Amino acid sequence: MRLQNNIQLDNNKVAKGGYALDIKLSKRGNALIAKFYGELDDHTVEYARQKIENEMIKPAVKNIILDFSNLTFMDSSGIGMIMGRYKKMEKISGKVAIACSNPQIIRLLNISGISSVIPLHPDINSAVKTLRGE
Amino acid sequence: MKPINEMTLIFPSKSSNESLARVVAAAFASQLDPTVEELAEVKTAVSEAVTNSIIHGYENKIGEITMHCKLYSDSIEIAVTDKGKGIENVELARQPLYTSKPEMERSGMGFTVMEAFMDKVEVITEVGKGTTVVLFKTFKFLAG
Repeated sequence: MRLQNNIQLDNNKVAKGGYALDIKLSKRGNALIAKFYGELDDHTVEYARQKIENEMIKPAVKNIILDFSNLTFMDSSGIGMIMGRYKKMEKISGKVAIACSNPQIIRLLNISGISSVIPLHPDINSAVKTLRGE
Repeated sequence: MKPINEMTLIFPSKSSNESLARVVAAAFASQLDPTVEELAEVKTAVSEAVTNSIIHGYENKIGEITMHCKLYSDSIEIAVTDKGKGIENVELARQPLYTSKPEMERSGMGFTVMEAFMDKVEVITEVGKGTTVVLFKTFKFLAG
């Protein structure tokens, strides 16, 4: 069944507290990497916003990479969250990059015009290299 | 044209029900065996319509949302109805990037996404009474 892969959520990707989204944060140089697992919608977006916000205000963070490689769903709530982080990073002359290979999410990013402001990369390594200016 | 199948889902306007609504709509649509891409489009459009009812219709107060789905031989029609505050200016609400709640980091892309992912989007609204958003999609493979 084609649908099963599409709608079933991997239990490992369900965050504690019942949110169908988990975010793992790490650093590479001065870049904060936020890896998204699960679904990003109006219900989970506040969790995403707070989790990233707490870390991005630290002085060592210059740039942010949003890794949507393991995100299975996003709607326009995610677009608002991305634009919000972009505006905040812009104020401190920081950059935002997106790593994403999910065609449906890439389409959403294109429709919303995000991809004309924030560069899209197929994976994290490509995003890191670009932010480093390599 | 008579639908070959119909279903109605009624749920309170809690954000945790957004995923329920889109998964139910996709599961119902899957009876026609559409592509994974088409199902993802239906899920996204339903998520936008339900989110609009929760945030704008009921402004995060709890009300009732009804999702009525009709399945035809090669297409689906999904009506998402709330009894919330209604939309004063539909034309403005449908403009890309327009949001009545910029302070909430809303993108203002809800209707634009629905229009991009579905074939047709109808909005029936009355201020103080509520809003129905009807989403239409023909599954191309089935339509030949």
